[in-house]
Amino acid sequence: MTAPFDLKNDGVVVIIGSGAGGGTLGNELAQKGIDVVILEAGARHEYQDFINDEWDSFAQLAWTDKRTTSGDWRVAKDFPNLPAWIVKAVGGSTAHWAGASLRFQEHEFKTLSTYGKLEGANLLDWPITLAELEPYYAKAEDRLGVTLTNNIPGLPGNNNFKVMKAGADKLGYKECHTGRMAINSEPRDDRNACQQTGFCFQGCKWGAKWSTLYSEIPKGEATGHLEVRPNAMAININHDASGKVTGVVYADKDGRLREQKARIVAVAGNSIESPRLLLNSASSQFPDGLANSSGQVGKNYMRHTTGSVYGIFDKPVHMYRGTTMAGIIRDEARNDPSRGFVGGYELETLSLGLPFMAAFLNPGGWGRSFTTALDHYDHMAGMWIVGEDMPREENRITLHADMKDEHGMPVADVHFDDHSNDTAMRNHAYKQGSALYEAVGATRTLPTPPYPSTHNLGTNRMSEKAADGVVNKHGQAHDIKNLFVSDGSQFTTGGAENPTLTIVSLAIRQAEYIAGQMSAKSI
Amino acid sequence: MVTIYESKPVHEKKPGLSRRELLKRGGVGALLVISGSAVISPEHAWGLETSALKPETMATLIQMARDIYPHDQVPDKYYAIAVKAHDEQAGKDLAHKDLIEKGVADLDLKSGKDGYTGLGWEEQRVAVLRDIQDTPFFQAVRGGLVVGLYNQKQVWPIFGYEGESYSKGGYMARGFDDIEWL
Ligand SMILES: Cc1cc2nc3c(=O)[nH]c(=O)nc-3n(C[C@H](O)[C@H](O)[C@H](O)COP(=O)(O)OP(=O)(O)OC[C@H]3O[C@@H](n4cnc5c(N)ncnc54)[C@H](O)[C@@H]3O)c2cc1C
Ligand code: SF4
Repeated sequence: MTAPFDLKNDGVVVIIGSGAGGGTLGNELAQKGIDVVILEAGARHEYQDFINDEWDSFAQLAWTDKRTTSGDWRVAKDFPNLPAWIVKAVGGSTAHWAGASLRFQEHEFKTLSTYGKLEGANLLDWPITLAELEPYYAKAEDRLGVTLTNNIPGLPGNNNFKVMKAGADKLGYKECHTGRMAINSEPRDDRNACQQTGFCFQGCKWGAKWSTLYSEIPKGEATGHLEVRPNAMAININHDASGKVTGVVYADKDGRLREQKARIVAVAGNSIESPRLLLNSASSQFPDGLANSSGQVGKNYMRHTTGSVYGIFDKPVHMYRGTTMAGIIRDEARNDPSRGFVGGYELETLSLGLPFMAAFLNPGGWGRSFTTALDHYDHMAGMWIVGEDMPREENRITLHADMKDEHGMPVADVHFDDHSNDTAMRNHAYKQGSALYEAVGATRTLPTPPYPSTHNLGTNRMSEKAADGVVNKHGQAHDIKNLFVSDGSQFTTGGAENPTLTIVSLAIRQAEYIAGQMSAKSI
Repeated sequence: MVTIYESKPVHEKKPGLSRRELLKRGGVGALLVISGSAVISPEHAWGLETSALKPETMATLIQMARDIYPHDQVPDKYYAIAVKAHDEQAGKDLAHKDLIEKGVADLDLKSGKDGYTGLGWEEQRVAVLRDIQDTPFFQAVRGGLVVGLYNQKQVWPIFGYEGESYSKGGYMARGFDDIEWL
C-alpha cells in the first residue's frame, strides 16, 4: 500500500535516492511511524523485469546521464563519460550489487591514528568506532540475511570459487570461503534461495539477493508511511532564512519542476550525485553550496583500489556459472605496512559475461594479445581486488562549468588521481592474484585495470569537528540540523571492505537518531 | 538499408554476377566478392547489401574488423554484421560517411599499390593499423566492434559463453560446480 503525500505536506522526511542508504532509511523511518517521501530519479522495474543480458540490463538500469572525468585514472581515458557503473532506478545500485557484506575492521575507523599522516592523503579518524557500530552491523546482517552470520549457511562454491580456493590453499591463505553474502543460501524473509543463475550484476530475477527494491521498500510501503516517487530527479534543496532546509525541488517524469516540502531532508543519491545536489543548492546564504562551510563537499572522493586478475587454464572453468561474487580471501585485508603500503585489500571471485569481458578486459586494446585471451573465455577464472584507497582533497566531484543535463543542472565532473599507496597496493594484489592462479596451473594471467567505479565514497565525509568534514557521526550536516547524508558519501575513509553493509548499518543507526530528535522536537 | 542475407552459393546462381573485384584474404584463402552493391561470401552463402558506403569499403571494413579482433574460429559473417552499422549510420550522417570512406581510402593509400586487402599477411595489415590507431576513423571502427561483434548472441557459443540462464533454472542443476580437474 502506497501513501501519496501532498507536495505541501511539510511534515514529511524527504529522502533523495532509494538505494542502499535511502531505501533502508525510508523503511526504518516508516516502521517507526514517520511519514517519508523518497524521490528517486530512476524508474521502477520489479525484479521479474530484470534482464539476463549485460548490455540490455545496463540500458535498463544503469545511470547513463552525462558525467565528465579528469585526472590520471585510466577510466578517464577509456570511459570519459562513465566514471561510475551504478544504477538509476528504484533500489539504486542494490539492483546491480553482488551482495558481498563485510564489516569494517577496527583500525579502519581510525586511519589517521593507525597509519599516521601520509603525504597527499587527507586521512582522518571516523567520529565513531567499530564498537559503536557493532550492534547496527548485527541488525543489518540479520536484515540482509548475510550468509555465515545468524546461523545462515554459506553459499555452495561454484567453479570460479573452487579455482580460487585451490590456489588460496597452495599459497597458504587461511581465510578463504564463499563469503558473507546478502544472497539467500536457503529461502528466507520471503526471498528465494539462489539458483546460481550468474547474473547478479544484472539484478537477481529470483529475488534471492537482497535489494532495497523488493526487501525494504515494499515493507515500508505496507506501513502506509512511505511513498516512493520514481522518475523524480532532485535538483535543488531549498532553505529558509534561519538556514533550515524546507523542501526539495525536483523534475517529475515530464520534466516539470515541483517542490516537495519537508521537515527533514536526507540525501542518498550515491557519492557523485549527493555532493552534486548540495553544490547545486548554493544560495546567497550558502554561496559554496549547502553544508559546505568546511569546503569538504565533493572532496575526498574514493572508489576503492580495485583491479581484476583473470587466469587462463588449459582446462575449462565456466566461471560465469553461478554466483558472481561468492568467494573471498581475507588474508590480505590486514594493515601490514611491511608490504609497502598501508591498509589492506580483499580478493573476491568475479566473472563477467563475454560482452562485458570484451569491453573491460583491456579497454582500447586490440590485436591477438587481446583476442587470444577472449578465445579462452570458458577456460578463465577471475577475481576482483578491493582495497582501501587514500582520500585526497584533489579527488573530487565538481559542477561542470558549462555542461548541463536535460533539466539545466550542471553535470558532475569526477576527478581522480591514484595515490602512490593505491598503486603499490594494486601491484601487490596483481602479483598475489597471478601467483594464486599460477599455483593451480594457469598458463596465462591477465592483470586487468579498474572498471568504472562501482564503489563511490567519501564526498560528504563524517567528522568530529565541523571544520574537517560535512556531517557529524549521525550523518547530520554540521551546518544544518535538519539536513542529513545517508549514503556512502558520509564515509570518512573507505576501508578494504565492500561498503554496502556499512551504509545500511549507518542508515539503521541514523533512523534511530532522527526519530529521537523528532520526538524531542529538536528537528 | 544494409541487409545481411543468406544467399545461395555462387555456383548455384544464374550467370550475370560480375566479379568486379576479388578480395583475397591472407592465410585461409576465403574470398569475398563484390557484386553490384553487395559483398558476397560465395563459400559461406551470405551477402551484405550496402546502400551508403561503397561495397568495396564494406569489404575492407570486414577485413579490418577481423584484423583488429582476430578470432580464427569466428566466420566472416559475424564481422560483416558487426560493421554494417557504419553503412546505416553513413546513410543518415554525411560526416560519418566521409569519415569511413576517407579512412578506408587513406588505409589503402598507406598499404601500397594493392591497397589494404591486398596485403597478404595479418602482420602487414596490423602494421598499417598501428600507424592509424589514434585516428578517429580507427577508433570509430574499433569502438563499434566492442559491442557490434561481442554482443552478437550467435557468436557467444563459439567462445563457450552460454548467455541467458534464468529460463533454464540457472546453473543449479546445470554445472555451476562441475569442475573436475582441480
Ligand atoms: C556491479 C556492482 C556490484 C557491486 N557489488 C557490491 C558488493 O558485492 N558489496 C557491496 O557492499 N557493494 C557492492 N556494490 C556497491 C553498492 O551497490 C553501493 O555501495 C550501494 O548501493 C550504494 O548505496 P547508496 O545508497 O550510496 O547509492 P545507490 O544504491 O546507488 O542509490 C542511489 C540512488 O539515488 C538516485 N539518485 C541519485 N541522484 C538523485 C537525484 N538527484 N534525485 C533523485 N534520485 C537520485 C539514484 O538513481 C539511485 O537509485 C556494487 C555496485 C555495483 C554497481
Ligand atoms: S546467482 Fe543467485 S544471487 Fe546471483 S542472480 Fe542468480 S540467483 Fe540471484
